[in-house]
Amino acid sequence: MTQITSEIGTKTFEPLAARGAPTQHIGPLNWLRKNLFKGWLNSLTSLVLIGVLLWVLPVMINWLFLDAVFRGNGEVCRQSAGACWPFIYEKIPVLMVGVYPQELIWRPAVAGVALLALVYLTFSDRIRGFVLIGAWLALPLFALVMIGGAFGMTEVNQSLWGGLMLSILLALVGVIVSIPLGVMLALGRFYGSPLVKALCIGFIELIRGVPLITILFMVSVMMPLFLPPEMIINNLMRIQIGMIFFSAAYMAEVIRGGLQAIPKGQTEASLALGVSPNHTILFVIVPQALRHVLPPLIGRCIALFKDTSLVIIVGLLDFLGMIKGAALDPDWLGFQTEAYFFAAFVYWLICYSLSRYGRALENRGPNGAKR
Amino acid sequence: MKNVSLISAIALVAATAGSAQAQTLEKVISEGVLACGVSEGVPGFSNPNSEGVWEGLDVDICRAVATAVLGDPDAVRFSPLTSSQKILAVSSGQVDMTSRTTTWTMKRDSAEGVDFTQVVFYDGQGFMVRAESGITDANQLDSATVCVTTGTTTELNLADFARAQNITIEPVVFEGKREAVAAYESGRCDALTTDASQLGAFRTSFIDPEAHTILDTLISKEPLAPLVAHGDNQWKDIVTWTIFGLISAEELGITSENVADLAANSDNPDVQRLLGASGDTGGFVGLEGSWMKDVIASVGNYGEIFDRNLTQTLGLERGLNAQWNDGGILYAMPIR
Repeated sequence: MTQITSEIGTKTFEPLAARGAPTQHIGPLNWLRKNLFKGWLNSLTSLVLIGVLLWVLPVMINWLFLDAVFRGNGEVCRQSAGACWPFIYEKIPVLMVGVYPQELIWRPAVAGVALLALVYLTFSDRIRGFVLIGAWLALPLFALVMIGGAFGMTEVNQSLWGGLMLSILLALVGVIVSIPLGVMLALGRFYGSPLVKALCIGFIELIRGVPLITILFMVSVMMPLFLPPEMIINNLMRIQIGMIFFSAAYMAEVIRGGLQAIPKGQTEASLALGVSPNHTILFVIVPQALRHVLPPLIGRCIALFKDTSLVIIVGLLDFLGMIKGAALDPDWLGFQTEAYFFAAFVYWLICYSLSRYGRALENRGPNGAKR
Repeated sequence: MKNVSLISAIALVAATAGSAQAQTLEKVISEGVLACGVSEGVPGFSNPNSEGVWEGLDVDICRAVATAVLGDPDAVRFSPLTSSQKILAVSSGQVDMTSRTTTWTMKRDSAEGVDFTQVVFYDGQGFMVRAESGITDANQLDSATVCVTTGTTTELNLADFARAQNITIEPVVFEGKREAVAAYESGRCDALTTDASQLGAFRTSFIDPEAHTILDTLISKEPLAPLVAHGDNQWKDIVTWTIFGLISAEELGITSENVADLAANSDNPDVQRLLGASGDTGGFVGLEGSWMKDVIASVGNYGEIFDRNLTQTLGLERGLNAQWNDGGILYAMPIR
């Protein structure tokens, strides 16, 4: 309470009791009117959408839960009109790791737990800066060692890697390698000498000019024909390199957009302060550029994860590949719908998490709140 | 398909490169593992099961060859290959053999740098009808509606068949196989036509499989055979004669259960030769004398393989794939 002392005496400021919000702005009815039925166009849209929901939701719920079978085998499932969840339940191990030896399944599981832990630490903002970068660089190496086997652990050939594990590995390594590569390509194109510039432009335009499928075919089918027989790079490695190149070319263009958005004054001010040109680019320009292009950058990461499903055309059984294989198991024929539904759900879960993290990143930092 | 010409151009390059690499046997033995190309998932032929283990007829052929060469049915590295890779992967040496529902055609055998070994499954385009319709032969399909996928040889074969039989068949054309099957199941057509081996798989997925019959009539020839790279005759012999061995074993009544007993006690000279009790059949192709004994003990004879992968799970009849003295055309060359 503020006390004001004057000649008249001591007066205490007493605020009035808070009034409630005006009645036309509260209550469920008003909420409905404001959000769903404001004007005839909104009302019509709302009614149509509610109608669609009422039509689709009961069918969905029936199929997903009420009529669904939760226990039993293919025979039991075929008699029911609903979804067949025992099928998914039984197939979970192969969907996760493919034809990986099941007695060694704890190894990818450990790598998976490490990934989840790091995802948690990153999302909840517990680690930052160089620790964060270091951890994300170390994780794929750790995963490769755990999955492939080294230091006395039984080696597991890469032809046995599959399932969601393979999809995530391809995307993770792809993103982690292609972002720095993309930054370098973008810098080369933006600041490089004419020769470097030409090389960068050549690489970016060549890769961007062909679809990912073509690149995958090139690395998987054509490359072995041109390499000497002693130099057999395995299929998975070739495909990973192809995906990194593809992703890097797109990342480079995204990042170049960010570089162009930085006012020239930033460089001039930095140079005037005596910062060396290299440090200016690395510590003044690039961080700001990356912040500018965060939304499309996250978009590229999501796209790369989804693109990993294309590796099925070059004979890698990734998550989607295993989904298809599971639906063709002679014991469980006829449950494609469940398989694809589950696949869609898992892809959505991962992509949505990525996009939420991207949003959280944007809201952080100096200009965050405004966005 | 635009990329067909590209692929065959690549195959030509591969053909010239492929002939350089002989001695697959030494490579397989030194690596201790057979690289075998299979399909990405065809029920009954090759598919990973719920334990992540590859299963199927094509897979068992790979295991048989691995046992013949390395003595271990698990010494196989399976590479799932797509349709466009299956020829190239073997001609460029990425895999030692491909056992992947591949139809033996002249062009592939000659111009594309691969050699076919021996037919392991005589497939062909067949028909499935509802049991209640009473149709037992494809000739009775006059004025019937038949569900078929568009733009495939399947559709052309159907038209050819109708013309040859002088009957009218009304094709109901679908974009994908799944759609055609769903339409047939819902009663849109009287019959469904595609490869006989797949009809079995589709039937298993129906709510009441018993209500549908697969007709014996086949209207196209699809001999499915494993293939190896052109130019390594010893390796081709090994794969070919392993398959003949599996077929002979069934003809001679050797099964995975009685093989040890027969190898020790049989008086039949054919059995003795096949199991290495007399003569040195394995030596002809650079293998141990008891090669087939190990193979049959681990994967069984052809009949057991067929039964395990196709009859028990998909309900496929032997049909053309029965032994030559049992109404089929399976005829193994003499092993001696």
